[in-house]
Amino acid sequence: MNTEPYIILSAILFTIGCVGVLTRRNAIVVFMCVELMLNASNLALVTFAKQHGNLDGQIAAFFVMVVAAAEVVVGLAIIMTIFRTRRSASVDDASLLKY
Amino acid sequence: MTAFWVLAPVMVLAALGILFVRKAVHAAMLLAVVMISLAVLYAVLDAPFLFAVQIIVYTGAILMLFLFVLMLVGVDASDSVVETIRGQRLLAIVVGLLFGGTLVAGLGQLSLGTVVGLDEANDGGNIQALANLLFSKYVFAFETTSALLITAAIGAMVLAHRERLTPKAGQAATAAQRMKDYAESGKHLGPLPAPGVYARHNAVDTPALLPDGTPSELSVNRVLAARGTVRSAPAYAEKVDEVERQLGISPPVEEVAQRPSRNQGSTATDEEEQA
Repeated sequence: MNTEPYIILSAILFTIGCVGVLTRRNAIVVFMCVELMLNASNLALVTFAKQHGNLDGQIAAFFVMVVAAAEVVVGLAIIMTIFRTRRSASVDDASLLKY
Repeated sequence: MTAFWVLAPVMVLAALGILFVRKAVHAAMLLAVVMISLAVLYAVLDAPFLFAVQIIVYTGAILMLFLFVLMLVGVDASDSVVETIRGQRLLAIVVGLLFGGTLVAGLGQLSLGTVVGLDEANDGGNIQALANLLFSKYVFAFETTSALLITAAIGAMVLAHRERLTPKAGQAATAAQRMKDYAESGKHLGPLPAPGVYARHNAVDTPALLPDGTPSELSVNRVLAARGTVRSAPAYAEKVDEVERQLGISPPVEEVAQRPSRNQGSTATDEEEQA
């Protein structure tokens, strides 16, 4: 069994998530793309755990999942607050600090 | 490797779909595909614990939270295609392709050597081995995680909390306000009209018909109207002939000819719905 394809798949998913964060305008979809990037890095961590034969990579992936869960809770609460005051979930509309 | 070569194209296609679909709900569904496929890959990579956690925490909890917020945000779920910074989208795609190309080309160059495999590390069971590590080497990080989770929970509560600035309107105040509205603008006192009930359709997305045959906009929820999913009421009202034909009751010819045509002016909603 070869682990290089897994790492390349992880890189591709990370890139797609990256492009999504840069191009999408809906804050919730931007968040989903961040999740995609976190998942891609998790795949790399689990693959390297298998490659090197110790479980530290899996522990790291586990911690990434915990942090992602906490991040999603706070991030979605912020999006809800912005939506309640501005009636929009677009990242372009929250631009008051620009002026 | 069979599982990998089956799932990898599915995952890449689903991830690319997130970039292109217009509706956020579809993006969430595609993300679910990616996450479940990832869970299967974890199982292949000798990580049964992460396989379960990926399905329970990511697909179960996090994606449900996304869908929950999408339901709350509702009408504004579609993406705007207007670029605020000129050329930003094109530049982002070019930079993304360069980044991805560099990563893949770089990773293609290196050889990771022989795979050690987790058979030895997972000897007494994957979960037991992970627990041994988590509560010995990583115990401080594990404890810090609890602080992070408590902070996140309190943060979400603080952000979601809304201070009530005006006193809550009671039943008497609501009634008084209704009377006042009626006196000032002639707004109807009673409850809003119910949606239409037709021989072949009975749902909240179909407006009721007023005595003169026009659909009543008040009888459907304004959220449905904003989404553009309101059905055409006259179209259903006109289907009486079809129902009669299916039931085998053919009305006299004169009666059909005399029946007034009632679908003037609102076939547009029907066309929108199909589009």
